[in-house]
Amino acid sequence: MFKVLENEQLAPQVYRMVIEAPRVAKARQAGQFVIVRGETGAERIPLTIADADPKAGTITLIIQAVGAGTQKIVAVGPGGSIRDVAGPLGQATHIQKWGRVACVGGGVGTAVLYPLAKALADAGNEVTTIIGGRSKPFVILHDELAAFCKQVLVTTEDGSMGVKGFVTAELGRLMADEATKPAVIFAVGPVPMMAAIAQQTKPAGIPTIVSLNPIMVDGTGMCGGCRVTVGGKIKFACVDGPEFDGHQVDFKELSTRQNAYKEDFCRLEKQLP
Amino acid sequence: MSNELTAKQRMEIQRVSMPEQHAEARAGNFFEVNQGLPEAIAVEEAKRCLECKNRPCVSGCPVSVRIPEFIAKVAAGDFAGAAGILRVDNALPATTGRVCPQEVQCEEVCVRGKKGKPVAIGWLERFVADWAAKNMAPPAPPAKQSGYKVCVVGSGPGGLTAAGELARMGHDVTIFEALHDTGGVLRYGIPEFRLPKAIVDREVENLKSLGVKIECNVVVGKTLTVGQIMKEFHACFIANGAGLPVFLNVPGENLKGVYSANEYLTRVNLMGAYKADASTPVAKGTTSVIFGGGNVAMDSVRTARRMGSSRAVIAYRRSKAELPARAEEVKHAEEEGIEFMFLVAPLEILGDAKGWVRAVRLQKMELGEPDASGRRRPVPIPGSEFELPAELLIVAIGTSANPLLTNTCPGLKLNKWGNIEIDDNGMTSLPGVFAGGDIVRGGATVILAMGDGKKAAASIDKYLKEKRD
Repeated sequence: MFKVLENEQLAPQVYRMVIEAPRVAKARQAGQFVIVRGETGAERIPLTIADADPKAGTITLIIQAVGAGTQKIVAVGPGGSIRDVAGPLGQATHIQKWGRVACVGGGVGTAVLYPLAKALADAGNEVTTIIGGRSKPFVILHDELAAFCKQVLVTTEDGSMGVKGFVTAELGRLMADEATKPAVIFAVGPVPMMAAIAQQTKPAGIPTIVSLNPIMVDGTGMCGGCRVTVGGKIKFACVDGPEFDGHQVDFKELSTRQNAYKEDFCRLEKQLP
Repeated sequence: MSNELTAKQRMEIQRVSMPEQHAEARAGNFFEVNQGLPEAIAVEEAKRCLECKNRPCVSGCPVSVRIPEFIAKVAAGDFAGAAGILRVDNALPATTGRVCPQEVQCEEVCVRGKKGKPVAIGWLERFVADWAAKNMAPPAPPAKQSGYKVCVVGSGPGGLTAAGELARMGHDVTIFEALHDTGGVLRYGIPEFRLPKAIVDREVENLKSLGVKIECNVVVGKTLTVGQIMKEFHACFIANGAGLPVFLNVPGENLKGVYSANEYLTRVNLMGAYKADASTPVAKGTTSVIFGGGNVAMDSVRTARRMGSSRAVIAYRRSKAELPARAEEVKHAEEEGIEFMFLVAPLEILGDAKGWVRAVRLQKMELGEPDASGRRRPVPIPGSEFELPAELLIVAIGTSANPLLTNTCPGLKLNKWGNIEIDDNGMTSLPGVFAGGDIVRGGATVILAMGDGKKAAASIDKYLKEKRD
């Protein structure tokens, strides 16, 4: 059992939880994830580790509660406990000093982006972050990111915060100006967003790293459920990723595979409160 | 006593049969197929054993169970005595009694098999283990502890066996398991109808009562490295199991409805997708096609049948004679209406507009010259391609070594396939680090992993004692 120490709501359906997991906290590097199972009988859910405190033996998870499994997890308050937390899994983000870096986060992808941006800033990079959300309440971690980024740009679909529109427009603006053009781009968000960014940056030849979150079961390479095609080859996101060269990822296939249980099992989701 | 009977009288007793759930009924449920021998029948079967001097069955057993001795106890009605023998020799008798390929091990070499049918050693082992579970207290830890701490990586058959042996030797054993529950392939792979999970729970509880500690959710290679483990423990046994699933490498393999056997079975078994209230989904199909001919393929196809496929097909590229699966699994599959398509190989998987599988294109094969494995190599017949409509495809053609642990273990010698190399004692290139099971063998059986675990435990005990002297 893993004890929950903190649980606060950041945005509609988005929660930040601090959980006691000393072994994970000690081993964790930026970019890695854990598999969480709220209770006996629940699904195994991959969640990026937003932060870790090896001394306190805690990890921070930022969770978008959209399915039955995540809703049960975020319902556990401080003092309660989570049945299973396994990790840290996946490859750590390759961090180096590139100079100017752009980090682009869409929706809850910003939570995955946050530790990357922090690690990049710690390594001496000049980080500009672009966060996108449906509307103001969905824009998360703005102040946390602003603490170490050179600038944080916000886009919302309804214009209720920052610039009205999508993250791609802001990224395009950065890329167009030699004074702000990034040497490398990290993009984390919904598949269509990452696909659009990869398409946008490819002609400019700017290396673009995306963090994928396909359907996963064990998270240790055993099942192959999270397979993605990268550069024409099958890769397992759990052990080879979750980060890949965005210019090589077959987003169409990924997007189709992501929907597997949504189409078949919308019946289940309808039963949710 | 059993020696009241003469050899001639014993020879006259015919092999009993295992009561089974009716094929038609069981193809629609997940209850165990084999129902177990009743006491009187078990005693009768035990009397068939000639208690011969050569004891070929013991040499035929990867964990060297004293078979004639325990069977003699059964014949005499001393079930507790029989269980006492099994407890010493085999950490998981209720499991091996159910899933071992006895027909190519102990029973293959049984003297009775030369003229008629061998003694039903597996069924008797299962009988005794199940009797003990109902009638005997769990085993107690040894009175004297060695003071040595041993770590076991993985709680599959190899790890559990090693842990049981080491605990009985008085060592302080901790198992680290990557998944959220124990048992490894016994839980995620082998289906409920062949090995009920209550049996796995019971075997694990027996080990715990011997003093074995188990920590789940520890992914060695990620959560902890072998190097870190060796700072806390005096020795370590790596049995982290089967690795990455091998795919067919044909177009269309990433369509929805195509699973590795590992994923399909994990969803159904470990995650309980066969239960009505399960939270983990699994795709279903009116027609399911399973590629492969081993035990995992049989488990997959019989599971798909139970999950609602009216047509469940094994597509195997060689012929029936080459099927690597246990004879009983093939027999049970046939009875359950599984269709066997021999001498076919997949060329391409075809999908519908939404990215779901709709069919597989197969090619017929014929057998050519024997290959490196000694089996005749399948050769494609040009122009024989045909389409088989199916909504669920499961790839059960094996696994390759998972680098998760070995990647973070510098100095650990691997072979060219990435499997861990061991010496005659089961020790790796790192002193005090032993290994066994699929991570060494590259894919084998439960009992071979258990044999490795038993052997490694003996070597670890010797290693620790030599270290002390």
